[in-house]
Parts: sequence; C-alpha cells; structure tokens
Amino acid sequence: MVPLWWYILLGVVLFVIGAAGVLLRRNILVVLMSLELLLNSVNINFIAFGRYYDDFRGQIFAIFVIAITAAEVAVALGILVALVRNKSTLKVDDVTMMKG
Amino acid sequence: MDQAFFLLFAAASVITALTVVLARNPVHSALALMACFLQISAIFVLLEAPLLAVIQIFVYVGAIMVLFLFVIMMIDVREAVLQRFLPGGNLPALVLLVLLGVEMLVLVLWSDRFSVTEPVAMRGGDQIRQLSMTLFADYLLPFEAASVILLAALVGAIVLARKEQG
Repeated sequence: MVPLWWYILLGVVLFVIGAAGVLLRRNILVVLMSLELLLNSVNINFIAFGRYYDDFRGQIFAIFVIAITAAEVAVALGILVALVRNKSTLKVDDVTMMKG
Repeated sequence: MDQAFFLLFAAASVITALTVVLARNPVHSALALMACFLQISAIFVLLEAPLLAVIQIFVYVGAIMVLFLFVIMMIDVREAVLQRFLPGGNLPALVLLVLLGVEMLVLVLWSDRFSVTEPVAMRGGDQIRQLSMTLFADYLLPFEAASVILLAALVGAIVLARKEQG
C-alpha cells in the first residue's frame, strides 16, 4: 500500500512547481495555468487525507475547489480577452493600470 | 503493485508539470497541463475517489483546458513565443521558492502525522451514495453558494469579454 506521505510529497512538489510558474514566468496565460496546478496539488492533499482518515469531507472540499476553479478560470480568461483587446500585451509586467 | 502505479503516475505528472512551467510556447504548456491533469485523475483513482477522477477529467480536461486553448487561438501568441524566459532572472523569487520547498519537505518528513496507516475498514460499493448524502445533506448551503458563484462568474465573464458599444 502506498503510504500517506508519498501523496503529500507529490502535492508539495506540484505546489512548488506551480508557484515557480506563478512567480517566474511573465506570460499571463502560463501564470493562469500554473494557478490551476497549485489548486490541483491542494486537491491531491484533500483527497489523500480524506482517504487515510476515512472521512468524506476531503472529497467534498475537493469538489468545491473544482467548482470555484471553474468560476475563477472563466472570469480570468474574460479579463484576459478584454486586456488583449485594449492593451494588446500578454506580459504581466506591462499591466500596471491599477498601480497607484 | 499500487506503489509502482503511484510512482509511474507521480513521475509523469511531475515531468508534465515541469513542461508547463518551462515550455516556451503557451500551446505546449496547455497540452502538458492537460496531460498532467490526466495523471492526477489517475492518482485520484488510486485514492479510491472515482467520482473525483471523473469530475477532474470532465471539468479540467474537458472544460477548462478547452477554454484555455480557445483563448490561445483567439489571441496572438507569436509575440509570447519570442520573449525570453530566464529561470534565474528573478533571484528573490527563486530563493523564496527553494525555501518554501525545503520547509514543506522538512515538515512532511519530520512529522509523524503523515505516517498514518491505511484504514482497515474498507468502504463498501455504495461509496458514492454516502458521498452524495453528505454533500446534499450536511453541505447543502455551500453547494447552493457554489452554484450562485458559478452563475455570477458566467455573467461576469460574458460582460467582461463583450465588445464595448460605442
């Protein structure tokens, strides 16, 4: 049987890779995809703990995380399309409209 | 047997996740992310959560990644392919990431809360029935809130992506 900490370790590795994508890449699309990776690594943790502590709430929270992620992606891609239409840039550094 | 499958899926998911971050072309990133989600859904099957595995494939691979690919098709990514990507270009972020990873690894390997054994009492075949009873009885209010959030996101995405009149 697979020990629990293997799953947690996989979640940690995927989380660090996703955080690297968010912090190091400058392309907005890749930053959004790395966010998906972050949320998925958290989902692995939820389901692994739910399985090993014999509790359904892990799976239920994972379902909620997936639903919120779908909403987030829809809004983020809408903002992205509006941004490309108005400023025609995909770089995170070029988006400074909200800077005081 | 389980361990071999876990190692296979975990290695594949880590490799594809690295491809997501390191690929120069956003289309390659999107396809690698799709492969990564498939591996993760296989890991959900190993965790005996078949419903979550199917939802993962439907929602992530079927809906979210197709949305990403549509947006990539709509906008011009040729400029993005040309821009350089330096992993060492942002040193504070890199140091922060290494610290974060080392901290989490040390905490996971140190603590004995993660060495819990598998529960002996295996659940029967009506696992999905129990799951839905819990979801629709104890978590009904969060469920309804999630549906309202999805509706609001739908309306918001349409308003945001619409062409402004005049």
